[in-house]
Amino acid sequence: MNRTTWSGVLAALILAAAAICASASKPAAAADTLTILWAEWDPANYLQELVKDYEKQAGVKIKVETVPWPDFQTKAFTEFNARGDAYDMVVGDSQWLGAGSTGGHYVELTDFFKQHNVAKSMAAATVVGYAEYPPKSRKYWAVPLEGDANGWAYRKDWFEDPVEKAAFKKKYGYELGIPKDYTQLRDIAEFFHRPSEKRYGVALYTDNTYDALAMGVEQTIFSFGGELGDYSTYKVRGVINSKQNVEALKFYKELYKFTPPGWGKVFFLEDNQAITEGLAAMSMNFFAFFPALANPATNKNAKGTGFFANPAGPGGKPRFAALGGQGISIVTYSKKRAQSMKFLEWFIRDDVQQRWADLGGYTCNEKVLSSEKFRKATPYNEAFYQSMLMVKDFWATPEYAELLEQMNRRIHPFITGNKGTAEEALNGLADDWEGTFKKYKRY
Amino acid sequence: MLKRLDPGSPAARRGLSDIRIRNLFIIPTIAFLIVFNIFPLVYSLGYSFTDFRASSSAPPSFVGLQNYRDLLADEHIWNNFTVTAKYVLVSVGGQVLIGFGVAMLLNREIPFKGVITTLLLLPMMMSMVVVGLFWELLYSPSWGIIDYLLGLEGFDWLSNPDVALYAIAFTDIWMWSPFVMLLCLAGLSAIPRRLYEAAAIDRASHWYTFTRITLPLVTPLLLIAVIFRTMEAIKMFDLAFIMSTQETAELIAIKLYRLAFQEWQTGPSCALAYMVLIMVLAVTNIYVKYLNRAKAR
Repeated sequence: MNRTTWSGVLAALILAAAAICASASKPAAAADTLTILWAEWDPANYLQELVKDYEKQAGVKIKVETVPWPDFQTKAFTEFNARGDAYDMVVGDSQWLGAGSTGGHYVELTDFFKQHNVAKSMAAATVVGYAEYPPKSRKYWAVPLEGDANGWAYRKDWFEDPVEKAAFKKKYGYELGIPKDYTQLRDIAEFFHRPSEKRYGVALYTDNTYDALAMGVEQTIFSFGGELGDYSTYKVRGVINSKQNVEALKFYKELYKFTPPGWGKVFFLEDNQAITEGLAAMSMNFFAFFPALANPATNKNAKGTGFFANPAGPGGKPRFAALGGQGISIVTYSKKRAQSMKFLEWFIRDDVQQRWADLGGYTCNEKVLSSEKFRKATPYNEAFYQSMLMVKDFWATPEYAELLEQMNRRIHPFITGNKGTAEEALNGLADDWEGTFKKYKRY
Repeated sequence: MLKRLDPGSPAARRGLSDIRIRNLFIIPTIAFLIVFNIFPLVYSLGYSFTDFRASSSAPPSFVGLQNYRDLLADEHIWNNFTVTAKYVLVSVGGQVLIGFGVAMLLNREIPFKGVITTLLLLPMMMSMVVVGLFWELLYSPSWGIIDYLLGLEGFDWLSNPDVALYAIAFTDIWMWSPFVMLLCLAGLSAIPRRLYEAAAIDRASHWYTFTRITLPLVTPLLLIAVIFRTMEAIKMFDLAFIMSTQETAELIAIKLYRLAFQEWQTGPSCALAYMVLIMVLAVTNIYVKYLNRAKAR
């Protein structure tokens, strides 16, 4: 081969490599295609089904690209940081609002909200949780898409067994049924906790790699009358380590005693398995994961499975549920912002929201959500509806990930590892959070 | 030394001199190294002196050594370093003891030696993630075989902060002892038979033969195994990340991942990455020094 041939081969190789790279890096280059990034779970499949209607009506194809939950945040923010236009919209976690808005990654939708009266058509709690940042600012960055909250699945067949009912009444002095408050929840967990029969009281969230444990603990804290902090002033000392919070944390740890063995690192998958495998009498989980429990194809105990919303705090304190779910935001770096805005206009229509609910999506539309049709559509929709009226969220500040990590670091060893006391864990957390807020000049 | 092309040579007719061939091989490699290794290394060093957050649109501000100072003053980071040191000690120590021991056993004429050696090498051929998930099941307090064999009903290895780290280290030992064994076996089989025969004629004890012949001659290869395993253990991520979330098992690589990709503290995470890099380099240098000394003997 002579020099000219070598040069030709080299040039051809370079051109081929460049062509491959160019085609690989532009997955959504078609002008009439919008790409939405979301986590890999059933609601994303429902959304992919829903957007087929939009394609028929508007002639714009929508592709819902999914990423497994553990990598979802990393993938989304890596793309944001690179100012990439691979995704036109993202269905981001509620805690991302601060980082997404102040980081300049989300397009502000305040005018869109005013123009289409979105704050009125969507349930108030979902607007606060999924769309507004900073809190009470009336600045909006996302359209509530998938409502979600933490609730409970339980073994209705065990609860309704006459023998169990009689034994429970004899031991605790009241009827066995859906717990009315956290004290009853604890009693029921204790009652069904029978390790010798491979049957356990309750399945809780304990995974400390993202927000699982924090969600489980925070809703207990709220229901005990506590708070995580003042979301407006960032005051945490005396709030996160308050007496109520200490009691709530001790309570969560006590509940942990009634979980199946090896329950120190579990999230939604294992909590659903606790019901499908007949391990636990009650299981905490986000409502988005309950369809699998109501389906006999995925849960052999589906007929005997019921659902309930979080009970009241001790002494009849108000009920609260940890907010899950996500809003859909337009990515600043998208080249199809106008088209994305048009899609959102279509998505918020009442008829589309009804279709979204029919497909299995947890609509945030007030009218659809409160309708009899929706509430009776599945065994868990009524509990979901009740939960959406009492949701409360974690910090949504840009530094939320640090706050989450610090909370996990403080409370996980106490709950699952029996290390230290509740007071020590929460006092330490108050120090950590105060230090973080000082670092970001919140005071 | 490379020569310029003789105009009448066959190489000249092909149009490729030795220098050109050398350049064809070396330049792409150097370019690759610069683009994918050196450039990010230098760039991240710059970031380690800033308050840059990759999730924020704010430009980075120079903060000098602040990130390094904060990290060194952070008790959690020291805890991560302590946990990592313990892990390296237990894991590499275990691998060396078991790997060397098994190599000694295999360094003799036994039936099916080849098959046994191949079977022993299987663990290190598996994916770390698969091994992690597999051992998670073995350690399960509900149906794990380890509790069953040890008669420890319901003992929770991976959620127990006192033992989680050691459980992970044991898995690492299971997986990587064969690597140490392989290198030691190579070293042992290279020792000339005549040395042992001479020792036998002199009626040297087994211990004397081991300490004066076997160990010194196998040390260079053993040290190479130790260098590789120590470097791997210091930056261990996969197994520990999959198997336990206990704070007492949070290795420095996991902390680094959380800082960089969950909290998006890019500046501090670059600083921490450099601290880990310096640590790995320092430990490796100590080993290399010993390796050279062992070779010189």
